[in-house]
Amino acid sequence: MSGAKERMVARAAREIRPGMVVNLGIGLPTRVVNHLAADMPVCLHTENGLSGIGPTLPIDQADRNLIDAGGAYVSTVPGSAFFDSAASFALVRSGRLDMTMLGAFEVAQNGDLANWKIPGRFSPGAGGAIELAQKARRVLVLSTHTDRKGNPKLIENCTLPLTARGCVDRIFTDMAVIDVTPEGFALREIAEGLTLDDVIKATGAPLTLPEGEIPVF
Amino acid sequence: MKLPDKTVPMAEAVARVQDGATVMLGGFGVPGTPFLLIQELLRQGARDLTIVKNDANETGMGVDHLLAEGRVAKLITTHIGLNARAIEMMNDGRIEVEFCAQGILAERIRAGGAGLQAIVTDIGLDTELANGKAKVEVDGKPAMIETALRADAAFIHAAKADPFGNLGYAATARNFNPLMAMAADLVIAEAETVLPLGGLTPDEVHTPGPFVDHVVELAELSEEYDIVRR
Repeated sequence: MSGAKERMVARAAREIRPGMVVNLGIGLPTRVVNHLAADMPVCLHTENGLSGIGPTLPIDQADRNLIDAGGAYVSTVPGSAFFDSAASFALVRSGRLDMTMLGAFEVAQNGDLANWKIPGRFSPGAGGAIELAQKARRVLVLSTHTDRKGNPKLIENCTLPLTARGCVDRIFTDMAVIDVTPEGFALREIAEGLTLDDVIKATGAPLTLPEGEIPVF
Repeated sequence: MKLPDKTVPMAEAVARVQDGATVMLGGFGVPGTPFLLIQELLRQGARDLTIVKNDANETGMGVDHLLAEGRVAKLITTHIGLNARAIEMMNDGRIEVEFCAQGILAERIRAGGAGLQAIVTDIGLDTELANGKAKVEVDGKPAMIETALRADAAFIHAAKADPFGNLGYAATARNFNPLMAMAADLVIAEAETVLPLGGLTPDEVHTPGPFVDHVVELAELSEEYDIVRR
């Protein structure tokens, strides 16, 4: 992983506060756990029925019955609990999930999220993403700022099928930290070594700029 | 009073599944997938099946055997991203795929198992999953109706069972199993260990025996139950 991506993941980890129940989506968000202090009082949840996820185990120590929703062999911590899929999503839908971090194909300036389907190319189903995006108290997106072809992922209106409408609160990319506000995208922080112009050029919608110096991460 | 013994040979239990049946399969990835019951279903040849399962396993495992042999007409699922064959068959129109939000699939099954006809939810209301579903308003808020799901048969994988069909699951192998175990007319549980009656204490029972029709003890597990080395 590039230095900029690693710093993005480390920066996102600082959003997790003591006492929270947090679900980390498959892909980049899962890596956030590597940046959490071992003594941080936080409960990690995974859709397949575990609260209190412990460290990922090397394959020779893995339990064949103990995975996270991404299929990684994880462990428990003192106080972990197992439950069925209905209870797992009851927790999500009823507001018990303080935060989720998800990947994205597109985020619109009003907070619409598309992250599950590219018609004709990639259509595996949304898994638990719709409920996570729609019902977690705070929805953070971790994503590269642009797609592989360099097209912006932060745009005025989503073109792909939506996961949920108006759900995204904050976006962490390899270039910037950006909030979704009633006025659209608001730049909060910028990645080390980049100029404001770099970020504006790579963003497909207007950016509100902070007053004064822009914090660097 | 003594509770009835529901243990049977696997072939006898699975023989009750007919062509055209709707079959629920427990499991989320490998944990909780009843691989040996699936193998027996494959061997006995039932076809034109509607399968209800969280995912389509991975190529070469579990439900993929049924897909590869052309036994599946329809898949009701949440995510098939780890099975390229399932995606290809869907794209080619060789199987019909109905996608559900994961927790809504769980609730539809739970409702089916609880004798309810449908649930009402706002999940997915702004997505294409809402297409064709009846919309309602509850307390002034928009919602839609998701119908309950029941099956002709459910295949369940338990870590422990007793002869009456009380079941206990291990770790994240629980997932959809206890929900599906309540939602089918014919519930077949394969168990890694079958203990004598009383071997599971009442507090250890995750699925109560009255929901289960047949208990099949697995003499040994196949490779498919093992850790996946990617």
